[in-house]
Amino acid sequence: MHAQDYWALSPVIAMAALALVVLSADAMLAEKLPGGRRWGSKRALSWVSIIGLAAPALLTLNLWFGWFGDLTSDPVVYGTFTADRFALFFQFLIIGSSAVVMLASVPYLTQFKDSLGEFFTLLLTAAAGMMLLVGASELITIYVALETTSLPAIALAALRRDGFSIEAGAKFLILSALSTALLLFGLVFLYGYTGATRIDEIVARLATVPFETGVPFGSLAVMLAVLLIVAGFGFKMAIAPWHMWVPDVYQGAPTPVAAFLSVASKASAFAVLMRILYSMADFEAIAQDWQILFALIATASMTVGNLLALSQTNVKRLLAYSTIAQAGYIMVGFAAVSVASSSDSPSAGPQSVMYYLAGYAFTNLAVFLAFTAIVHRTGNDTLAGLSGLLKRSPALAILMVIGLLSLLGMPPTVGFMAKAVVFSTAVDQGLVWLAVVAVINTVVAAYYYLRVVGLIMFGQAEDEDPIRPGVGELTAVSIGVAGAILFGVIPWLVLEVVDHSLTIV
Amino acid sequence: MSEFNGILTVTVFLPALAALIILIVKPMNLDDRIVRWFAILSTVVAFVLSLVVFLLYDRSAGGVQMVDHLTWLSAQTIKSSYLLGVDGLSAPLVLLTGILGMAAAFASRNIALRVPEYFIWLLLLEAAVFGVFVSLDLLLFFVFFEFEVIPMFMLISVWGTGRPRYSAMKFVLFTLAGGAFMFVGIFAVYLTGAVETLSMVGVPELGIEGIPEQISGVNLIAPASLIFAFFLIAFAVKLPVWPLHNWLPDAHTDAPTAVSVMLAGVLLKMAGYGMIRINIGFFQETRGFTVHDAAGILSVVAAVSVVYGAIVTIRQTDMKRLIAYSSVSHMGFVLLGLTAIGGGTAAHQLGGINGAALQMFTHGTITGLAFLMVGLAYDRTHTRHIPHLGGLWRRMPVIGIFFFIAGFASLGLPALSGFVSEIMVFLNSFPVWPWAASVSAFGVVLAAGYVLWMIQRTFFGSKPPEGGIPDDKFEELSDAEPLDLIPILALTIPIFVIGIWPKVVVDVFKLGIEGILR
Repeated sequence: MHAQDYWALSPVIAMAALALVVLSADAMLAEKLPGGRRWGSKRALSWVSIIGLAAPALLTLNLWFGWFGDLTSDPVVYGTFTADRFALFFQFLIIGSSAVVMLASVPYLTQFKDSLGEFFTLLLTAAAGMMLLVGASELITIYVALETTSLPAIALAALRRDGFSIEAGAKFLILSALSTALLLFGLVFLYGYTGATRIDEIVARLATVPFETGVPFGSLAVMLAVLLIVAGFGFKMAIAPWHMWVPDVYQGAPTPVAAFLSVASKASAFAVLMRILYSMADFEAIAQDWQILFALIATASMTVGNLLALSQTNVKRLLAYSTIAQAGYIMVGFAAVSVASSSDSPSAGPQSVMYYLAGYAFTNLAVFLAFTAIVHRTGNDTLAGLSGLLKRSPALAILMVIGLLSLLGMPPTVGFMAKAVVFSTAVDQGLVWLAVVAVINTVVAAYYYLRVVGLIMFGQAEDEDPIRPGVGELTAVSIGVAGAILFGVIPWLVLEVVDHSLTIV
Repeated sequence: MSEFNGILTVTVFLPALAALIILIVKPMNLDDRIVRWFAILSTVVAFVLSLVVFLLYDRSAGGVQMVDHLTWLSAQTIKSSYLLGVDGLSAPLVLLTGILGMAAAFASRNIALRVPEYFIWLLLLEAAVFGVFVSLDLLLFFVFFEFEVIPMFMLISVWGTGRPRYSAMKFVLFTLAGGAFMFVGIFAVYLTGAVETLSMVGVPELGIEGIPEQISGVNLIAPASLIFAFFLIAFAVKLPVWPLHNWLPDAHTDAPTAVSVMLAGVLLKMAGYGMIRINIGFFQETRGFTVHDAAGILSVVAAVSVVYGAIVTIRQTDMKRLIAYSSVSHMGFVLLGLTAIGGGTAAHQLGGINGAALQMFTHGTITGLAFLMVGLAYDRTHTRHIPHLGGLWRRMPVIGIFFFIAGFASLGLPALSGFVSEIMVFLNSFPVWPWAASVSAFGVVLAAGYVLWMIQRTFFGSKPPEGGIPDDKFEELSDAEPLDLIPILALTIPIFVIGIWPKVVVDVFKLGIEGILR
């Protein structure tokens, strides 16, 4: 390996190292000194983790801005990893969401007492895996990175150790195993057909084989590979029809973990799928069928998510279904990706998807983390528990309402702007019907989002005790809401960055 | 090229800024009176600004004036700019918003529940409506058009009466469903190859070409009739046009007085404005389908709206619901005026649309006044059930007089503004659609019926012996307070001014509509 390789991997390495530091610190803090005293409180771990995140964040920025000389954005480490701006964009998003989640979960975690260290270690390990995943440009690396992400996530889901949490962990484990098996199967097909594992080589080989007409994706092997890969990542992205685990896991898992999964895990899966997909977008035969496939998945995901959310009484389940629907909206942008090579704005699809993902990350974290702060104090995760929140905690109530309105897509929040950009991309690619379906879905979604808004604003509180969120929680939620408003009112703040990150096209 | 005049930006965001200030000082738990007067004062300033905009609008120059232009959204597939400006069509409507915003704030003096929040939402509502009327960029227009839903949802849900949450949700879902169609329509227009900017009108000074010029004679991305229908549905829900009017009576009946005033006064006008600006403005020279083709059907729908609305109005027993349904009937006249575009001479087309625009303005002040008077009466009697009322004139003559004025203006008494706009609509739509116009004329007859009958049953005669207000309470009923006269006069003066000297507004509207017609 060359120095370049280490630089390219430096954010991932720093993240993994941070996880190890926290793990060792946890072990040391557990140890009793002679005389029964301890080294210090375990609470220090949270600050080590949050402040430690500055290291991977700065290393990412270094790669982006090239503070120590321009660094390569070509594949490194024998072509397995690419630290291009596309990867850096998502790495920064993952680091940011980890930081915000950790910041907000400090008070929540007091209930875990001794497993505080596990939470941070596992979360950081999962984040390291995701950061590897978004830059992976070789099939085996993709697989390994995905497993590095999944296993800590499963343990995190089961961290609460009560019935629901164990069930969530078990379900997550089994379905995760199933999905990675499907993914592996798909990767094998791709390898078998082309004889290469590096994405750039696969593309080069595909260019030499003739595509058959009349067969979806031009050949049965590619079709199977694509379907299985999409199915494998479909679980991670939580899109229909691979969404069944989402409500159960989100309900059972600790709420900050659900927040983390709904944003970082989803974003990284979208990123890697986009990378694979875009490398092949030049093949007309593949791109055409891809468009149909993703349009159908988007329709299913939006419709299923929104319709099932309508009747939920548990907030976590409702939000889970809402994330399924949100993933469907993002898929609309994906569907517009496919025939990009023949369009005059070839990178419009990824641009819209990345803008949506950035906005969604802020918005969804705000809602989930506000709810974390509430549920930690009330212990009630049903809709009724949110009733009359405005009187109990005006700050949290207003922040959460803005977050919900952004999820709904109400102007002037980023939710609206992102939808405008994504849907316009779909119309631009001739998918008018898909845009219509998506818009109708947002109206359906209005009902359940506004129902929650209504409860928060006008509901009768069962118990009038004020809820006093901590500074960390309020800061985290405010960051999310500030992003949701700022990126909606001044969209070019994000679009500018996204434009520089479109290196995969 | 960008230009920033600033006055419109200030007008739009002044109420929003006032709302923000109230939000910031809210934790200090200031006395409600301070918050209330601060809010009222800011609406007065907004009114003055809107009056300045109206008066500064240069009638000899015409066109779009007072432009604010900045780049806003620049994704690859959609580019949009922050483009504000007024033309002859929007200038009077900005003034109307200023008047009604101020009247609504004054009418909210007696709100006691969660005062700071109430005024935050009311001010945001006013800001959104200002935004709708001055946005020249289609996407920005849509942003304001949709944003207005949130304050309305809150205002009706918390401060409403009856079944407020049901009505608020119904209002929101109807509006959002309509808005969804418009959303798709916007993309369909924008993504048509020939369209480069989302500006609804051309601004030659800045080198901006409007959508109407860009899409004339071009094949749109979808059939022009479909896109026309998408926009039409959004506005037909809001106007409202039969059979999409269902949300209106509920929303009006359950909303607090000031919100009813805003809803009838300006929110419905956003729809009429949109119809003129977009449905008529965009679709005159589109290929395959133009607005002229739709006018015939729309004239029938308009006639049904007018007559159906009027018939349903007669049998209402709730005063507010009665006025709400009368709005359906009156907004039918707006649509009827617009259908004059379907044929006839250029003078008839111009006159018809001008009549419709004037009808929007006059209906805003007249119905605003009517809701205000019902609100005042209800504050005192605590019932709006007509059979329970009677003989109110004896206790509240001032309220009665102004209710009379609103009623007579509503039924089209000459020298009051309703007459001018209705006669303009009839004279210009009759040559084009004689049947629809003739049938609609019955709406005026029926209006005389329901207005006079309601006034007779509530203000005259004697108090009903049963079910009404107890005798001792009835004797304690008071009349309007002096301060109530401010909103009352703010709405009454335009009714008389336009009734006697319609030129003040008609000529300005004419400038704008001439620019839109080609």
